[in-house]
Order: sequence, then C-alpha cells, then structure tokens
Amino acid sequence: MYEVVERRMIVPNLHEFTVMAPQVAQSVEAGNFVILRPDEYGERIPLSVADWDRAAGTVTSIFMQVGGSTAKLARLKPGDTIPTYAGPLGKETEIDNFGTVLCIAGCYGIGSIYPVARALKQAGNKVYALLEARSSFLLYWQDKLMQASEDVIQLTRDGTAGYKGHITRLGEILTQQQIKPDLIIVNGCTFLMMKTSKVTERLAIKTIVNMNPIMIDGTGMCGVCRLTVGGKVKFACVDGPDFDGHEIDWEEFLKRRQTYNPEEVQPLRRSGCASHF
Amino acid sequence: MPKQEPFERIKNFDEVALGYTEQLAIEEASRCLGCKKPFCIAGCPVAIDIPGFIECIVAGDFGAGVKKIKATNALPAVCGRVCPQEDQCEKVCVVGKKGDPVAIGRLERFLADWEAASGELETPEMAPRTGKKIAIVGSGPAGITVANDLALLGHEVTIFEALHDAGGVLTYGIPEFRLPKAIVRREVDYVRSLGVTLHTDYIVGKTKKIDTLLKEFDAVFVGAGAGLPWFMDIPGENLNGVYSANEYLTRCNLMKGFRFPEYDTPMKRSSNVAVFGGGNVAMDSARTALRLGADEVHIVYRRSRKELPARLEEVENAEEEGIVFDFLTLPVRLIGNEHGWLTELECLRMELGEPDDSGRRRPVPINGSEFRMKVDAAVCSIGNSPNPLIPMTTPGLEVGRRGNIVADEETGRTSREGIWAGGDVVTGAATVISAMGAGRKAAQDTHEYLLKKKP
Repeated sequence: MYEVVERRMIVPNLHEFTVMAPQVAQSVEAGNFVILRPDEYGERIPLSVADWDRAAGTVTSIFMQVGGSTAKLARLKPGDTIPTYAGPLGKETEIDNFGTVLCIAGCYGIGSIYPVARALKQAGNKVYALLEARSSFLLYWQDKLMQASEDVIQLTRDGTAGYKGHITRLGEILTQQQIKPDLIIVNGCTFLMMKTSKVTERLAIKTIVNMNPIMIDGTGMCGVCRLTVGGKVKFACVDGPDFDGHEIDWEEFLKRRQTYNPEEVQPLRRSGCASHF
Repeated sequence: MPKQEPFERIKNFDEVALGYTEQLAIEEASRCLGCKKPFCIAGCPVAIDIPGFIECIVAGDFGAGVKKIKATNALPAVCGRVCPQEDQCEKVCVVGKKGDPVAIGRLERFLADWEAASGELETPEMAPRTGKKIAIVGSGPAGITVANDLALLGHEVTIFEALHDAGGVLTYGIPEFRLPKAIVRREVDYVRSLGVTLHTDYIVGKTKKIDTLLKEFDAVFVGAGAGLPWFMDIPGENLNGVYSANEYLTRCNLMKGFRFPEYDTPMKRSSNVAVFGGGNVAMDSARTALRLGADEVHIVYRRSRKELPARLEEVENAEEEGIVFDFLTLPVRLIGNEHGWLTELECLRMELGEPDDSGRRRPVPINGSEFRMKVDAAVCSIGNSPNPLIPMTTPGLEVGRRGNIVADEETGRTSREGIWAGGDVVTGAATVISAMGAGRKAAQDTHEYLLKKKP
C-alpha cells in the first residue's frame, strides 16, 4: 500500500496528488509516468510525473478529474492508501543543451512540463514556458515555472491572462516575444499537442510531444497504447511517451483515446440515489 | 474427467474441468504399470517422480503423493491443468501404446487439489541457510520455480513483480475458466511460505536497474516473460475494437473486466468476434469472448485443424462450446467506420502447398477468394516478442535477433556474470512448463555458482 501525502484541488477539476513511494522517487526523471490503481477494484491508469522529492521519497502528479477512476482519486485524503503505485515508466524526456527551448503546456501538462523545464535549464538551455488554458483561473504553478525558465508566457482563450486566443497564434507570439526556439516540447491534452504540432510544422520547428494513450500494464506487454509514428506502429509505454509531434497520426490517436468514453463516465452515473440509473 | 456442460459453462467464468473424485483418481491411478524404467519421468521437463506419486494414490496415501510431486515441482495444481501432457509424460506412457495413456496430468491436479482442500500445506525440508541473496525478476512460472528451488536450497530469495498481482501469465493470461486465480494465489503463497519475499509494483529495469540489484544481491534471475505483442501488419489494425490477445486477456483476467462495472476496467461486449491464430492463447481469447456474451466467435487460422498448435483438449473444448473455426483462412484487411471502429474483416482462402522449414505444409492463398465477414472485435493472437525493458536497460547483456535475452539452454547463463535468464524472455512465447524447466536448470546452475562464490 502507498500512502497519499497530499491531494488537493489546485484549480477547478485539477488535483495535485503526492504519494509516498520511495523506490519510484529514487529513479524518476522528467517525462516519466507512473501507473496506479485508486483501490482494489480500480483500473490501472497512467499519470505523468510533475515533481518529486528524492530525500522525502515522494512523487507528485497533477491529474484532471474526468471519469470514474480519477473521481475515486479525487476523493482521497492525506493518510489514505492506494494499492498500486508503480514506476517510473516510459523513457525520460531527452535533455541536452539544445539552445533555446520553448515548453508549451496546458491542463495537467503544466505540472509535468515543470521537471522538463527545470532539467533543460540545468543543462544550460534558454527555457521559455508558454501556458495555455481556457481562462486565467485554470493556470497554476507559474511561480515554479518562473524559477525554471527565462519567462512564463500565458495564453488564455478569453484573454483574462496574457495573450488571448488559441495556440494557433503561436507564430505571432514568438515574433512578439522575440523567441527563436531550437526545440519545442509540449505536454498536456491531446488537442493541444496536436494543434501545436500542426502550427510548428509550418514554422519548421522540431516539436516533441508527451503522449497519453490508454494503458494497462505500462511495461510493454499489452499493446493497447500503440500509435502510428512516421508510418510505424510504436508502443507509447516503452518506445515513448515522447515522440516527434510532426510524425504522429493524430486522427487515429484521438479515436483510439475515445474507445472507452462511455464506460469511463458510467460509474459517475451510479450514486445509490434513487433518481440515478 | 467430469466437466461443466457446454451450454452451461459458456455463461460463466467458472472452471470447465471439475477434477477427479477420490474414487475416480484411484481407478485411473490403478492403470499405471509402474514401469521399472519409466519413460514418463524423462518426458517431464521438471522430472517429477510420476510412478512414485501414482503409487501413493493407488495406496490411498495422498499426502505422500503430494510430497513426491513437490520435491521437484512447486506448482502442481497449475501444471496439472495447463501442461501439454499429451506431448510430454503421457506421450511416452507405455499404457498409451494400446488405448489411452494414464491421465498423469489429471492425477497431479487431483493431488494438488486434495492438499488444498485438506487445508494443510506441508513445507518440505529446507537446507540450512547459506546467507546468499538472489533477486528474481518476474513471478511467472520461471521465476516461481527458481524461487522455490533456491529457497529450498537455503538461499535468501526476493522476487520483483512488475504488476500488482503475482503469477505472471498464470494471472494475467490464462483465463479463470481454465486456471482459477485462487489456485495461482495458493501456489504463490506456498512459495512465499518458504521464506521468499515478494515485491509487487516493482519494474526491474525502471524502478531499479539490474546493475543496481547486483550490488545488493549475489545473483539475478530474469524471467520477465512476454513483451510487445505481434500484430499481423495488415491495414486497419489500429482501429478501435482490435486487440492484442495480451490486452484482451489482461483486461479480463488480471483486471477482472468480465465483472465490469463492479471492477472499473471496462470490456466491450462485442457481438461478432474474430480471433487470429491457432494456439492456446487463441482458444483462451475465443472462449473468453463467448463468455462475455458474443453471439458468434470465429477462430481464423491460415492452416488446417491438424496444424493447430493448441492442445487438442482446448480445441475440443472450444468446438463443444460452439466456436466457429475458419481454417485455411488468412485475414488481409480490417475495415472500420467513420468513427474509427472495426466493422468488417476481409479474408483470403488458402490451400496447403509444399512443406515449409517447420515440416508443416505451407498455406498458399487462392487467387480471387477474398470474402468479408461482419465483426465488431478482432483479437490478434499470433505471439509476442520477449519483454524489452531488461535488455534496454542492462548494458552488456547479449540479445538475440528477436529481442530475446541469449541464455545457455542447459544452464540459463547469460552473457553477463551473475545474471541468469529463462522462460518467454529467452525463448519467445512458449509453454508454462518449458519456462519451469528452464527455471529448474537455471536454479541448479545458480546454486553451484553461489556455493563457489566468495562472500
């Protein structure tokens, strides 16, 4: 059993989730994920790692409450235990001195991009962070990211913080901010990663995305996380999760992610209340 | 052996074969001739004293029989159920020269179940402590066998299992109706009762690398098992509704998807299912699909019935249950709808031509024989490559062409000192008992190495 050290909603629907898991904390790196089960009946779900404390033995993720399993996670309190917390899994994000790197993140990815930015800065890169959200109240961890980068740029759909609009404005933002990235790394929802890849393809900037398919074992056994990259079938859990965003078959990936959408929300419709079916 | 009736059993996940009663077991055991030079022992990969335990059954001394088996086999309840005895001990049984051989596997199962029902698990004599420490990667048949053997020889054994439950393929792969998970748990608990430590959720190669383990342990055995599933490399394989057998069975067995929504892991309730392949895993997938409520389940196999690699017993069970066998049929394309869901399967008819390298007649496509069938699920059960995590993270460990760890067949030694390997991670997908046989040899060799090793 693994003890929950912290679970709190940091912005609506997004939770910061810290678990005592010394052996994971010992070897985790930026870009890795963990697989956990919220209880004995639970699914195995992957969560990207957002931070860790090797000395304290804790690992932190940011997750969004969407379906039955994350609803269970969202009900956990400090001191509760979960039966499975395995990792670190996946290849770590490649860290090198690339020059100037732009880290784009949204949703839970604002959390998981933080250790990437931190490692890139340590490796001598000029790091910029671009955070995307529907509105300013959905942004978080700007302070942490400020320390790991030269500047944090904000982009909100309603314009309540930073630039207004979508990631499709990326070219314009880069010009205004006078940033010429040698590499772009994107973490977050599939839509953000896909849109960014399409924009950066036109701008001819290499783009790495941190993929988030359905997984079960996470160790290269079941094959449910497969995706097409550069015309070849790859397994996100052992070949990734980082891939070149310009080579991914996004349409196929989006459809595969939706396989269990009806089942994911089914548990939310059962509450024991007579008016629920 | 009594079985659940087909019309009954396709509606549940309970075990199909019900096992011998004491009387039936004694009757069957009495058929053994007690050969002076028993071929059956040589036919067993772990060399169980078969005439010895059968004699105990005849005498009604079941406890003594269990002891005889456990001297060389840690998993009798498992082996009695899933070993291909017809290719091993029973194949060479002298009684089998005229009529049916002695049902050795069923008798083995009987004894193991008798012991479990009696509630008393006897621990065999253990050698004095040696103070040597061994790490075992994977708690499947290979790893459990090594753990059992080395624990009995007095070594301190720790197993690292990547999943949340022990047993490897016995837990995630083989369905409940063929091998109840309570039995797997019982056998794993037995090995733990020998003083073996088990860590679940521990992915060697990721959580800790083998080289780090070698600083704490005197030796490492790698039995990491199956890895990336193979697909057919035909169009449409990434459509929704197309599964690897590993995924399909793991969802059902390890994650208990057949009990969704009581358990959270979902399984689609498909109506028309096609399973590609002809091995035991294909039979398991097809019969699982049927029990999940499919109207029609097809096994699509490119050769004929004679060449099916599955055990005859499993083929017969599948036939009785109404699985449709499309022999000499090759899937060529999977067709989906605009939402990315599988709707149809296109196949080609084949005929048997000249024998190939394996001695089996090579199937050749018949021109213009394309046809389509309506399917909403397809399960690809054509094998898998060995697990890639250890080779990827262990420098200097020699790896074969297919990604398998290279290990000596007789000793299980790898190219690195202090590392042994066995089971599917070395051979690619094979049987439970061959993995156990490899484990047995590796354990013996490791033991000799440890005795010589200076502290």
